[in-house]
Amino acid sequence: MIAAIIANAPALLIGIPLLGAFFSPLIGRISRDARALWVLAIITLTTLVGLLTAYLVYTGGTVIYVFGAAATTLSIPADSGGIPVRILLTLDALSALMVIITVTVGFSVILYSLSSDSRRSSLEAYYTLFLLMIASVLGMVGTGDIFNFFVFLEISSLAAAGLVAYKVEKGRAVEAGLKYLMVSMIGGIFFLFAIAILYGQYNALNIAMLARMIQWTPLDKLALVLMITALAAKCGAVPMHFWTPDAYSMAPSAVTAMLVVVSQASLYGLFRICFTLYGLSLSYVVIGWVIIILGLLSMVVGVTMAIPQKDIKRLMAYHAVSQTGYMLLGVGVGLAVLGDQALLSSFGMTAMEGGIFHIMNHAIYKGLLFLTAGAIIYQVGTSDLNRMGGLGHRMKWTMIFFIIGALAIAGIPPFNGFASKFLIYESVFAFNPVLSIIAMVVSILTLASFVKVFHSVFMGPPLPEFQHVKEAPHTMLIGMTILAALVIISGIFPAFFVEHLIAPAAHALADQGAYLAAVLGGA
Amino acid sequence: MRMSKIVRVSADLLYAGILIFGFYVIMHGHLTPGGGFQGGAVIATALALIVVAYSYEDLLAMAGKLRLIVQESAGLILFLCIALAAVAIGTTVFANYLANTGSLFGMTVPFGTNPGELNTGGVIPLMNIAVGLEVWAALGLVILYLLSGVSEKEA
Repeated sequence: MIAAIIANAPALLIGIPLLGAFFSPLIGRISRDARALWVLAIITLTTLVGLLTAYLVYTGGTVIYVFGAAATTLSIPADSGGIPVRILLTLDALSALMVIITVTVGFSVILYSLSSDSRRSSLEAYYTLFLLMIASVLGMVGTGDIFNFFVFLEISSLAAAGLVAYKVEKGRAVEAGLKYLMVSMIGGIFFLFAIAILYGQYNALNIAMLARMIQWTPLDKLALVLMITALAAKCGAVPMHFWTPDAYSMAPSAVTAMLVVVSQASLYGLFRICFTLYGLSLSYVVIGWVIIILGLLSMVVGVTMAIPQKDIKRLMAYHAVSQTGYMLLGVGVGLAVLGDQALLSSFGMTAMEGGIFHIMNHAIYKGLLFLTAGAIIYQVGTSDLNRMGGLGHRMKWTMIFFIIGALAIAGIPPFNGFASKFLIYESVFAFNPVLSIIAMVVSILTLASFVKVFHSVFMGPPLPEFQHVKEAPHTMLIGMTILAALVIISGIFPAFFVEHLIAPAAHALADQGAYLAAVLGGA
Repeated sequence: MRMSKIVRVSADLLYAGILIFGFYVIMHGHLTPGGGFQGGAVIATALALIVVAYSYEDLLAMAGKLRLIVQESAGLILFLCIALAAVAIGTTVFANYLANTGSLFGMTVPFGTNPGELNTGGVIPLMNIAVGLEVWAALGLVILYLLSGVSEKEA
């Protein structure tokens, strides 16, 4: 039994949330409590299997799971002539890190959602879509097949668009959902077209197989441009960021926290395609600079747009765009020096570690911030910063969690945002000092913006209209506590996280040969 | 708003034909072009035909939303359970553990030209049935939800 679970952990990781999603409308007929228990059980199981899978990857190296084969690791059937014909999951250290992020954020968010969204009238499809979204993210980070990546990308787009539109809000949420759907679908068509280009040339969909054969022909360049555009739009990089403020602010807060993870999974796809699919065959300096410039634009435009916002979630959404820029900057610098081993080992790897560490930190502290915003909106009933005030008297725990999240996003020690931003500043400075200075200025602006939010939400005398306001319910606080604890732990012991989780992930991303060898054998 | 008697009788006649064709496409998914998705879509057109010839209320009486939701979930769960049952048997997920076993859909495919043996394919026909169930219920729901926004007067 245990052996079967361990052997099939990667497949169960996607199978369990899917099964939970499909059963939840039926169990919801029994009672609301039964459904809540069912969803809680499913997300707990998913989290356990996810952590188990990540443990297997970090201790035993890349895990391959081949669907329908005689053995789970049999990626190349004996009679196929050396071609991996089956669909497979390929989990290396970077995928495992993404799995850890997804299941921890997913678990806290579902806990939070069980009480924050229990007031909603129709929950029939809510948890189905939510679990589908989690399953799609796990599929995106786990798959070793480019077409499967597209399928999971589409599932995540549809599920997320449905969830963004869930509150309706006199049509405003529906508009936001439609906008998100449009951007994602256009991106999806780009991605499908790029897959068709690659498949037409190389007759393969397996990422490792494609990576071995890819030539950097003009068609390959076109495919890369299409895929980068699609995934950059999906992760909210400027100039394709316009859906983020609408979608992030209109979605229920728990969904927004998970949407951040969906965006990070698209970012994962972007990095996977640049480093693993194309690797050294692409002109890494040019593409690296393209990603760096995307990152710079996102950082600067995101933060400058955030400062004048009056809606707490819109403001945070622009900050999410801005923080995505840091990840693009860090990993872009790594890509720009990928071919130069001396530069790569002197600062390129550190920049990539910083970028990847920031993916993890961002998912955690941004999730925390959106959850605190949700708790405030849940109790106060407005998201307008100008109408809030004095909530520090009534919602002490939410205020503490907000401070933790705000200091982390601004990169103040001892919180985790500092650790990853410091890695990025340091290594990017060695690459190009100007980039590093811009990154620091953006960080200062972020702090300024969050000081403003903190002041207008929590400071001041208690307002008479908020007499009835109480602290958020316990399950919401538990969800936030998990994320806040992770922010503090990974901020105080960054060396442990970098050494055991981040550095293996960064090396897995940079080492295309190891990925190919794991799937195709040492040939 | 019902159509004339001629239209309704023709729809009644076509209805059976459409259903038979839809089920045929689902059941022969592993032998001929088509499969669960295509067959399910064909069956869903029969539901659309009821709306055109009869009315939205008649369709609701025939196939309520709850019944379709149950069918849809059942199809999805069946598909996933067939895939995951492989773990219990001791092979990998999505393995075809019924093929060539002599049990349900387990006949070995005969060599050479043949008219097509229905009783082959292992789990593939079962998954086609699951997909068919899911698709006709889901498309039926789409029809119902699209029409629920249309008022009787405008139509």
